Amino acid sequence: MLGGFELYLIPGLPLLAFLLIAAFALQPKAERAAPAFIISALLGSLLLSIQAFASTAGKRPFSISLPWLSVGSITLHVGVLLDHLSGVMLIVVSAVSLLVQIYSIGYMRGEIGYGRYFAYMSLFCGSMLGLVISDNLVQTYIFWELVGICSYLLIGFWYRRPAAAAAAKKAFVVTRFGDLGFLTALLILSFQRHQVFGFDQLQHLVTAGRIAPAVVTAVALLIFSGAVGKSAQFPLHIWLPDAMEGPTPVSALIHAATMVAAGVYLVARAYFFFTPPALFVVALIGALTCFLAATMGVAENDIKRVLAYSTISQLGLMMLGLGVGGYAAGVFHLTTHAFFKALLFLTAGSVIHAVHANNIWQMGGLGRRMPITALTCLVGALALAGVFPLSGFWSKDEILTATWFSRLPGHSLFFLAALGGVVLTAFYMFRLWFVTFTGEPRTDEAAHAHESPLVMTLPLLAFALLAAVAGGLKARVPWTAVGFAELLHLEGQREVVSPVVIALSLLAAFAGIGLAWAAYRAGLVSSAAFNSRFPAVYQLLKNAWYFNRGWELFATRVVIAGSSLAAWFDRHIVNGMVDGVAWLSGWASRRLRVTQTGQLQFYALVLIAGLIAGLVVVFGREESLLSLLVGGP
Amino acid sequence: MTGLPPLPIHGYLTVSALLFAIGLFGVFVKRNAIAVLLGVELMLNAANLNFVAFWRYGGAARMEGQVFAVVVITVAAAEVAIALAIVLNIYRRFKTVNVDQINLMKG
Repeated sequence: MLGGFELYLIPGLPLLAFLLIAAFALQPKAERAAPAFIISALLGSLLLSIQAFASTAGKRPFSISLPWLSVGSITLHVGVLLDHLSGVMLIVVSAVSLLVQIYSIGYMRGEIGYGRYFAYMSLFCGSMLGLVISDNLVQTYIFWELVGICSYLLIGFWYRRPAAAAAAKKAFVVTRFGDLGFLTALLILSFQRHQVFGFDQLQHLVTAGRIAPAVVTAVALLIFSGAVGKSAQFPLHIWLPDAMEGPTPVSALIHAATMVAAGVYLVARAYFFFTPPALFVVALIGALTCFLAATMGVAENDIKRVLAYSTISQLGLMMLGLGVGGYAAGVFHLTTHAFFKALLFLTAGSVIHAVHANNIWQMGGLGRRMPITALTCLVGALALAGVFPLSGFWSKDEILTATWFSRLPGHSLFFLAALGGVVLTAFYMFRLWFVTFTGEPRTDEAAHAHESPLVMTLPLLAFALLAAVAGGLKARVPWTAVGFAELLHLEGQREVVSPVVIALSLLAAFAGIGLAWAAYRAGLVSSAAFNSRFPAVYQLLKNAWYFNRGWELFATRVVIAGSSLAAWFDRHIVNGMVDGVAWLSGWASRRLRVTQTGQLQFYALVLIAGLIAGLVVVFGREESLLSLLVGGP
Repeated sequence: MTGLPPLPIHGYLTVSALLFAIGLFGVFVKRNAIAVLLGVELMLNAANLNFVAFWRYGGAARMEGQVFAVVVITVAAAEVAIALAIVLNIYRRFKTVNVDQINLMKG
């Protein structure tokens, strides 16, 4: 076991790198040093994470908690919690971060704001690691908001582009809707009798039944609303496709592998709050998101936006896994997804770097010119589609199995939605791959594309390796003697293998791949013909089910109507009260000013009259004075 | 201390009260600021008369009555000095010492 305080260094090192870059490496002349800071910091974090995980494997959770500030009867702590869940997450986050930073050296070369980019990135990595390792909800919330602001800053990295600035704002505002729920959950907990926020204390209270079940469910749903915002779940998913305006490594790290998975992680971390009704909501939202987002990906032509919809869909799948009780399955998919989705984004970045375009129809035939990118992308696509024996197959299969055997009402519908998601995922992924990498180049730039430099292809190869073999974690996790599910073992967790589910999921994947091959490679089926046959369906998918339009209407009609009502109330009732007080005192003083005659002698008269009145009041009862006034003793 | 029998204290007090009332009347009705000041002086001296009378007919062994009268005279002198300075400035400003016409404080 570690002494414990090294754990603070895991998020601490990248945060330190952030300060150092901000202090020394922002100027154009010093920018070239910026990657050195962040990469060495992340290397340190990765090694410490591995050491921490290795030392904790198979043991009880370990935590340190230092009091930070006391407000009334509430004391907030800064602490670290190291258990199997956070240990796995730490390694995933620091490993993906490290590889993405190496890739960024090549991808961001020559950009204006090179140092700024790495400064934001270090702040993000530190915050993300802090979020993962935190041992209480308040600290989680603080880092939660920090990763949110980093996401905002990095989406808007090219802030001179109006689209990027708008996308950053959109991401920030939309996730705020969800975060409001998270904050409300914290407030509810602070009004409970115990006023604790630590995960282990809360878990103890919840399992002992010391918090009312209704409150527990409410807190669970509110926390989940935070996760819905951050993990881009239906109906708050609209920000993630727009977030693709940011640099591609940012999309890979923040909007595919880590930050968007923070919602899933939070649900897993606070899993003890989730009562059956809350779990049903999680599963429902997850299944809905999984299917809807997959359909949206089918009609998208921007390579990054396809991947964004895919990320939303896969996050939905993870939520579904958690919702149906497949705790380990959800977290397992989070882990494998982090690897293969980061890989896919980085390959997309490599392609964009070479072709200077995002539209897949402006590419084509890149397989021959960029063999490493094409091959690693194929590995990622196969893993995402869930083809045996790549990592996605194992984790996706576990979620499907958990859904199949779940006792939740409507679980068969959830299963169908997930299976539909699998077909569509395989379809859009291979549509992307065939259109981008096979056939003939459709533009001059695509015809003259070159493979990316080594600093970019090496991380691709590393990710491809991880994406290929991460499924092995199911059998055995390094440094332990057990598989992934057993490692994260929860009470009542069943380990089942169902040949039916495996067959169905493989069938679904191959159906999707086959359809994509038939439509975009072999030309057996024409997508244009389909689109002209069913224009309504095509338009619906092309416009992503009109969710943006819907939210826009909501914002312009409902919100504006509500706020004009509030504005009227403010202007006439609240302001009216204040104005009324002013008017009243004005009225009263207009009445009183007549006493101010300006006549000196009138004042003297009032003075003397007051004196006499005072004397009468004080001495009026006394015999002596009366007799004196009336005359003689 | 010969001739007339000593006056009872009522006499002094009556004179003092009349003097005070005349002074007060002057303060209330005179237009001229100087005359108003004269009224104030009359009231002060009415008070002085009371002090001395009570001293004479009360505990004569103690000197408070006389001392207080002297104090009042001193204060009155100082007060008049300031008051006349004010009146002088009012005159310079308004070219009049008629208190009726000086009503800048009218609300």
